[in-house]
Amino acid sequence: MTNPYIVLPVIFQLFTAILLLFFWSHKNIQKAISITFSLVSLSIALWLFSLTWSQGIQTIQAGGWKAPFGITFVADVFSAIMVLLTSVCGFAVSIYAIGSLRNVLVKFGFFPILHFLLMGLNGAFLTGDIFNLYVWFEVIIIASFVLITLGGEKIQIEGAVKYVTMNLLASVIFLTSIAILYGLTGSLNMADLSLKVAELENKKLVNITAVLFFIGFGIKSAIFPLYFWLPASYHAPPPAVSAIFAGLLTKVGIYAMLRVFTLIFIPDEFMRELISWVAVFTILSGGLGALIKNNLREVFNYLIICHIGFMLAGLSLFTEIALTGAVFYLIHDILVKTNIYMIGGLIFKIEGTYNMKQLGGFYKSYPKLSLLMAIPLFSLIGLPPLSGFWAKIFLIESGFDVKHYELIGAILLGSFITLITIAKIWSEVFWKEMEELPARINMRYFHELRPIKQYTLVFPIIFLALISLFIGFGAEYVIRVSQHIAGELINSSYYIEAVLGPNTIQSP
Amino acid sequence: MEILLIFIIGLLYASGIYMMLRRSLVKLIIGLVLLGHGVNMLIFLVGRIVKGNPPIIHDSVKILTDIYADPIPQALILTAIVISFGLQSFAIILIKKTYTVVKTDDLDELNPTGEEL
Repeated sequence: MTNPYIVLPVIFQLFTAILLLFFWSHKNIQKAISITFSLVSLSIALWLFSLTWSQGIQTIQAGGWKAPFGITFVADVFSAIMVLLTSVCGFAVSIYAIGSLRNVLVKFGFFPILHFLLMGLNGAFLTGDIFNLYVWFEVIIIASFVLITLGGEKIQIEGAVKYVTMNLLASVIFLTSIAILYGLTGSLNMADLSLKVAELENKKLVNITAVLFFIGFGIKSAIFPLYFWLPASYHAPPPAVSAIFAGLLTKVGIYAMLRVFTLIFIPDEFMRELISWVAVFTILSGGLGALIKNNLREVFNYLIICHIGFMLAGLSLFTEIALTGAVFYLIHDILVKTNIYMIGGLIFKIEGTYNMKQLGGFYKSYPKLSLLMAIPLFSLIGLPPLSGFWAKIFLIESGFDVKHYELIGAILLGSFITLITIAKIWSEVFWKEMEELPARINMRYFHELRPIKQYTLVFPIIFLALISLFIGFGAEYVIRVSQHIAGELINSSYYIEAVLGPNTIQSP
Repeated sequence: MEILLIFIIGLLYASGIYMMLRRSLVKLIIGLVLLGHGVNMLIFLVGRIVKGNPPIIHDSVKILTDIYADPIPQALILTAIVISFGLQSFAIILIKKTYTVVKTDDLDELNPTGEEL
């Protein structure tokens, strides 16, 4: 169904960013605009979600050019839920930024760049054209380059060199694979590509292109042999920036993989085997990395990698149940990862260090905050009533169906390693006796802040923790959404007919 | 023409990756630039090289039956050039900043991951 308003999430973020540019030197106006407009974009995303949920897939052909020729924007439930999660995280981070960011970073234009980043993310989720997806990826990375170097401290610059290099390399590989795909099919529209790739005779070149796409997206989502840029850079920027990076940037790669490998390249035996072993090693290497690190944020960095593996496992199993699990895990992971980086930032703001060896006694001094922080930390493990648990049930269940025991083992071991890591964090940061630390001179501690700023640091954590709790206790609804998405991903005919018009798929 | 382009593209990719593997920051950027050019040439090549046939439908016919030049690769390359121009200028500013902050051009001198914080 054609609906021109589905690009509203993109346009609205662009509008917000441009409006913010007009108030470059007015910090307070920027903060107010950013929060209000994030709230509005959250309601737009909710509207989009309810629209796609009730009325099916919505499309718009840019400039009125019919589907395989013009650029198409498609909003199915998967896109809509990703846009919704982006808006939720954007809202939380724009509040969190007020308390946690130094004023000088706001002066350098944190808020406009944040909204450009959100625009890029929304665009990547909504586009139905593979080259347009590349363009949105570039919008995302250029905004993230600015955010990661904002402030220009030594550690940030060192992290940024690795981050920039790997992301540019990933874009080059992605563009190369698009070029080969265009040479093979003469089309860029994803729905059209789905039909044309299936008809191709040259299966070997199709497989090579698929692997190139896998590498390109893999670098962006930090899978096993390609993840080294992530632990080297994600701990560098200010907590508000790492929170949005951790929540959304690696997940765009996973989203693109789920989209491309269910729509364009249906994974054959070789691809599934490749993805499943990559998933196993991603889980193990991320988990082992998390075990040996003592810096709170670096532990979180490795946990991101570990949990990317779970979603890859869902993709490699490639059954409807497995994809349900992968999508559920994606929904849960975006919220929880954003939240734990904000928690890390809050702990730093209170105690003045990220080092777990020096931290301690948090439970004694801040019992309420500790209990609040327990919610996202324990849902990361997948403790039964909390949100991570249900996704893993689906993944393991379908692992038994397809008899991929190596994946089941890796998922269980990965959860176990996460459990040990979180237990270590809990005992080191929250339970152990605190030693006196020399006070940092150039930092304003949490207790020195005005109450309103203290609330802006705590409120987003409560907000995201409540949503996590909802996902855990109201799992029924999220499972229904995930099953719907998995159904649409497996039966790509819905997507294709929505874009190209009904009866375009000839039965073979 | 195609054969020549294939070799040029291969050479650009190979030299780009070789330059990226060197230890100098400046060579890293040069490598990225070369890779970007390689990709652009690749898009140009896979769009099929056609000489002297425009992609214009004549008044008398409904569809193109003759060999025609595909305009899309040009549009794609143009977009890719503009994007890579922006990214590369950012990267150049970044290495200048890196040089002033870290005071080195050697990638191995960069701190792997800072434990102290």
